[in-house]
Amino acid sequence: MTYISKSPWLLHYDGSSCNGCDIEVLACLTPVYDVERFGIFNTGNPKHADIFLITGGINEQNAPVVKQIYKQMPHPKVVVAVGICACDGGIFKECYNILGGVDTVLPVDIFVPGCAARPEAIIDGVVKAIALLQEKRNTAKKDMASAKKSASEKRIADKKEAKK
Amino acid sequence: MMEIVPILLFLILGPVLGGLLAGIDRKLSARMQGRKGPPLLQPFYDLFKLFSKQVVVVNHVQDFLVGGFLIFIIFTGCLFFSGGDLLLVFFALTLAGIFFMMSACSANSPYSSMGAQRELLQMMAYEPMVLLVGIGFYMSTGSFAVSDIIKSGISNILYLPGFFIGFVFILAIKLRKSPFDLSTSHHAHQEMVKGLTTEISGNILALVELSHWYENIFLLGVVGLFIINSTWWSAVIAVVVCMAVYFLEIFADMVFPRVKWEFMLKSTWLVTLGAGVLNMIILSAIH
Repeated sequence: MTYISKSPWLLHYDGSSCNGCDIEVLACLTPVYDVERFGIFNTGNPKHADIFLITGGINEQNAPVVKQIYKQMPHPKVVVAVGICACDGGIFKECYNILGGVDTVLPVDIFVPGCAARPEAIIDGVVKAIALLQEKRNTAKKDMASAKKSASEKRIADKKEAKK
Repeated sequence: MMEIVPILLFLILGPVLGGLLAGIDRKLSARMQGRKGPPLLQPFYDLFKLFSKQVVVVNHVQDFLVGGFLIFIIFTGCLFFSGGDLLLVFFALTLAGIFFMMSACSANSPYSSMGAQRELLQMMAYEPMVLLVGIGFYMSTGSFAVSDIIKSGISNILYLPGFFIGFVFILAIKLRKSPFDLSTSHHAHQEMVKGLTTEISGNILALVELSHWYENIFLLGVVGLFIINSTWWSAVIAVVVCMAVYFLEIFADMVFPRVKWEFMLKSTWLVTLGAGVLNMIILSAIH
């Protein structure tokens, strides 16, 4: 199954930032870059999303929000931190309310550096995320198959035990 | 026995054509915005992906109701394409709509419930015109059966131009296109997260998509019914008119912004009165 790599739906969240990266992410959707060519679709709903794109750092207030959005996304999912603020806090790092980059609250898969990250870099990061999405899907499938196999083996063993 | 062929054709070709239509829709929309757009088969990729995602069940009632939506949409289409009663077809369509609306109601999410309320308003807006279409066909042919209507000597649109205009107008609501995509939309610009489908994800969302494809093919079938008559070449013209109407809906989708519900209700009822009812009065005066 390669369909997940052909139809990655994005969820975009802007944390504590100057909104520069935020605007660059939206620039990817414009006719100049047009990420919909690759089937990438900007959805507003975490339950429909495959890729979680975060710009800006994490502060005390948005940490629970980001965690909740992540929890609502169905597997397989990938987190992409876009811009230096999302990577480690950037120029806001020393602020009293900033916890740091996205990796302080979520397992980040892809880091896209830049201030602001250019649309080309963002598309590059998303393409890497798509490959990872496929990988996660494959391992999940394998895990599921092996879990099923071991469960059925256990059932057979239990039946034998019961017969004895 | 002869009725089984169109039913089978609809069951198999419905999703294929519906998916292709959605692909053409996205491609054309992108071209109108000066973008390249996704591949033609993108809706199928989306559908297969949704089936392979993790299953998150909000509540089992919702899954059951979405299943009901799919089944009754298929029932509607089968009844229509096998030449059944037009009134029964439209009632089945309404029932399917109610199932979908209830599925959104069953979730606790405020976005989902707001989507459901707006869906109810949309149904209020388009339902009079849909029923009028059934009555219009009866007035011009003397029968509600689709199998009788397609045997008429000349195309019914000549008797029912007002009904046709009214139906094309409310088709924007049924196809979930701007300016009337209040309850949910296929576009990135969203209000209320995703409206009706906020709480629906994974394979259940795939079923919703599938139902929409079946529904779109059925709705274009109703458009074709205005054109088709006893001659063979009228079918060709019907297909051309269906494509033209679909193009017009996409064009309107790109040109107009989303309106408020008050405007939607006013304008649809005004068109229903001005085009549909006026046509009906003239028709009854002639007969």
